[in-house]
Amino acid sequence: MKDRLPGGISIMKQLLTGNEAAAEAAIQAGCRYYYGYPITPQNELINYMSTRMPEVGGAFIQAESEIAAISMVHGSAAAGGRAMTSSSSPGISLKQEGISYLAGSELPCVIVNIQRGGPGLGDISASQADYFQAVKGGGHGDYHTIVLAPCSVQEMADLVYDAFDLADKYRNPVIILGDAQVGQLMEPVEFHKKPKKNLPAKSWALTGAEGRKKNVIKSFYPVKGQLEEFNAHLQRKYRTIEEHEVRYEAINIHKADVILVAYGTSARICKEVVKKSQQYKFKVGMVRPVTLWPFPKEIIRKVSERVECILTVEMSAGQMVEDVKLAVEGRCPVHFYGRTGGGVPTSLEIIRKIVEIVPDNRAANTLLQLAAVK
Amino acid sequence: MHTIYEKPKSFIDTPTHFCPGCGHGIVLRMIAEIIDAWGIRGKTIGLAPVGCAVLAYNYLDIDMCEAAHGRPPAVATGIKRVHPDHVVFAYQGDGDLAAIGTAEIIHAANRGENITFIFVNNAVYGMTSGQMAPTTLLRQKTVTTPSGRDPINSGHPIRVCELLAVLDGSSYLERVSLSSPENIRKTKKAIEKGFKTQMEKKGFSLIEILSPCPIYWRMDANEAMKYIDEEMTRTFPLGVVKDWEHKN
Ligand SMILES: Cc1ncc(C[n+]2csc(CCOP(=O)(O)OP(=O)(O)O)c2C)c(N)n1
Ligand code: SF4
Ligand SMILES: [Mg+2]
Repeated sequence: MKDRLPGGISIMKQLLTGNEAAAEAAIQAGCRYYYGYPITPQNELINYMSTRMPEVGGAFIQAESEIAAISMVHGSAAAGGRAMTSSSSPGISLKQEGISYLAGSELPCVIVNIQRGGPGLGDISASQADYFQAVKGGGHGDYHTIVLAPCSVQEMADLVYDAFDLADKYRNPVIILGDAQVGQLMEPVEFHKKPKKNLPAKSWALTGAEGRKKNVIKSFYPVKGQLEEFNAHLQRKYRTIEEHEVRYEAINIHKADVILVAYGTSARICKEVVKKSQQYKFKVGMVRPVTLWPFPKEIIRKVSERVECILTVEMSAGQMVEDVKLAVEGRCPVHFYGRTGGGVPTSLEIIRKIVEIVPDNRAANTLLQLAAVK
Repeated sequence: MHTIYEKPKSFIDTPTHFCPGCGHGIVLRMIAEIIDAWGIRGKTIGLAPVGCAVLAYNYLDIDMCEAAHGRPPAVATGIKRVHPDHVVFAYQGDGDLAAIGTAEIIHAANRGENITFIFVNNAVYGMTSGQMAPTTLLRQKTVTTPSGRDPINSGHPIRVCELLAVLDGSSYLERVSLSSPENIRKTKKAIEKGFKTQMEKKGFSLIEILSPCPIYWRMDANEAMKYIDEEMTRTFPLGVVKDWEHKN
């Protein structure tokens, strides 16, 4: 059967929301244990799983809370299964206890956060205000989760698929940091079957100690010196991840006068600005981190050596911008533009901000021309 | 020569960290005895609590998992979904199970999870130095109820078996004690029945064990056993609270 229509459109494509694509990609990646608790704007994910999991012989439980859901993930991961949970900001706050235990027990799993506005109950519209929580730890202790940030439905599917391999490869929780827009947006998506990677066998998993020594999954090291040794091991693992797993998209960085740094939904809007600027003298480029941890420091450091300034755009009051500044280390000015509480930056707002931070007629003229096109 | 007494094979030969006269060691040993006698070491997975029995995995020679304080029922559920034919049990104290983990135990019971809960009720928080537990008796003195538990400020002791009995998902609930050799034998029978309940896929089982904490009851070991019989059992009567084999 031909799987392409004239014009190269794949017939394998389905029209799905980002939330549904995340669920289907997890199933395709072999996830057979899903535990969730309803919360907007990720409901399409738990709803999808409730019918899809039984079809593939997997386990689905609507848990009594997000705390219980992440704890069930803890159990299934410890038993060697591919396990996932999903939620949105207030629910992800409740999961922090479990995430810290999973990181401390070196258990692989995938956690999807379809961010909404905060603090508190906030609102149900798109937000990127959980960056600190996802990237800096969130729960207690010196740990990191790998954090992946999709900006389209297709990328949601691809990253969720990869997340399970990354989790198994490093025995570490992986967070998919989406937002209400990426989660609820409908786009065509294709599920690429990828060749199985050579992942380490889970000889540590709890399977019943038949014919072998017992396995224990724990994060408790009460004997003096043991915890420090274990933490040093974790830190070595994190350095390896930083060395090998950084992902980003760079657009027009070589010709750019100004570089935008944005991820997820903000990055989609920034891309428009970059595209529009191509026809003018004043050029805007962008770096879109795909892994928020490990953060693409190196490329941002490199571009900071040759651009006039960097503008970080987020749907937050300014969180990722701190990591951008750490990467730039003062080599060029780093500016910030953000909206919160359901506000999504528009390309016009971003252009105005660029005009404001580049006190240069050349930029102002071309960019205002650009804005006029809109 | 004929051996009449030996250490269970599934019980690791190492000093435990329990205080003299503590009940935890007795219970853990009985679990090991059952695992040996039934030959189920290769298909048993245990959950250790956060509490004085936190190091249970250092004493039992079986696959075991830690859980955050109060979360063993949820973690055990996740394990049981992966290994539905294994024997999965969770060992929990009264603070772990009936305070911070109340939601988890109620919903595990409500789902009728084929998991056995070994619930050690010593009426205090042993590990954190003897504070009030949800099962602390009225007027019982603890470090956080220095003039005795007053229900007006601190509520009443929670009877976990009776609480779970009203849920359709619970199948076997029994309260036993460690106060005498006879009661210890009954405790072992109850744990066996709990394991049998899940092996026959009859659903949720919980064995509540009244267990001495001489240190934070501020008694010697003998007085503690007497306290169980004379004081604790008045609030927590011994016996089968629910049994799938004898439905009336
Ligand atoms: C989230 C969290 N809160 C508090 C504690 C501290 N803590 C450890 S054990 C414990 C109570 C244990 O009491 P119980 O469950 O009755 O067990 P016991 O020590 O009496 O056997 C507490 C409050 C913790 N480890 N984690
Ligand atoms: S404090 Fe109490 S429960 Fe804890 S080990 Fe000592 S006697 Fe046992
Ligand atoms: Mg206790």
